[in-house]
Amino acid sequence: MASIIGKKVGMTSIFDADGNNIPCTVVEAGPCVVTQVRTVENDGYSALQLAFGEKKEKNTPQAMLGHFKKANTTPKRTVMEFRDVDMEFNTGDIVKCDIFQDGDFCEVVGTSKGKGFQGVVKRHNFSGVGGQTHGQHDRQRAPGSLGASSWPSRVMKGMRMAGHKGVDRVKVQNLQVVKVLPEQNLLLIKGAIPGHKGSYVTVSK
Amino acid sequence: MDLLKAAQEQLIEKKSWPDFKAGDTITVYYKIREGNKEREQQFQGVILQRRGAGLTETFTIRKISGGVGVERIFPVNSPKITRIDVNKRGKVRRARIFYLRDMIGKSARIEEKKVVTKS
Repeated sequence: MASIIGKKVGMTSIFDADGNNIPCTVVEAGPCVVTQVRTVENDGYSALQLAFGEKKEKNTPQAMLGHFKKANTTPKRTVMEFRDVDMEFNTGDIVKCDIFQDGDFCEVVGTSKGKGFQGVVKRHNFSGVGGQTHGQHDRQRAPGSLGASSWPSRVMKGMRMAGHKGVDRVKVQNLQVVKVLPEQNLLLIKGAIPGHKGSYVTVSK
Repeated sequence: MDLLKAAQEQLIEKKSWPDFKAGDTITVYYKIREGNKEREQQFQGVILQRRGAGLTETFTIRKISGGVGVERIFPVNSPKITRIDVNKRGKVRRARIFYLRDMIGKSARIEEKKVVTKS
């Protein structure tokens, strides 16, 4: 496993060698700074702590300032740990997007777009009632029955109902890295990835 | 946005075609692949719209083939396109002429624009 923190830039499309149009998401991946190396002897588990994104010094707590100072770097916006990665880095090293190559398969973790309070059709892919005939008039998107009668005499736990949708941690697997642009720290990933533009994602392979 | 443009500029080659817009009749010559053989095909029709901006712009082209309307969407900068010929400049009042889809026969014609050349 090799991982990096990135920022979603937006979507575009490019042409492959055969001239086919490939839809891509552009991710600004890195450069990330290694702020701490967790080892089994010291911490009980092995992990690499990466930091990405610039942040003003006055908006950073003193404790974090000290932490960044140890890694000899400026304050960063996001700090994440990646467990059991096979990357050899020391504190203060820079992780760049060149850990990926064209054609690699990766997985992307992000926070999905917020949709607010949504009904069951949008939130859980219920099919709705369907037609407007047979006496139906205003229940096309209703959930229907919540359960049986005398047993269980209650609504079962986990019954899918209307509620807040989005702003969840979403992982998408088996995405292809179409192109790596090391000069601009950009990754072009085939297809869509979770989250809005400017949101932070992690890309792993 | 700048990063998006930077990525596009590096990876998409800008093609230089003659200027065309909705209402014009053009011929697109493009490569198709059949098994291992590659050959050129052409598509002549009326431009319905140009859509999008920059290097990912596309155009929709429509023709009547065997009495059936056929539409194709091409990216303007597609490497498969080898040549574009403008056959006729059409006189239309809007940038997207989807009303053409509902017209049959004589009414589906577009008046030709008279090009005034300075002499």
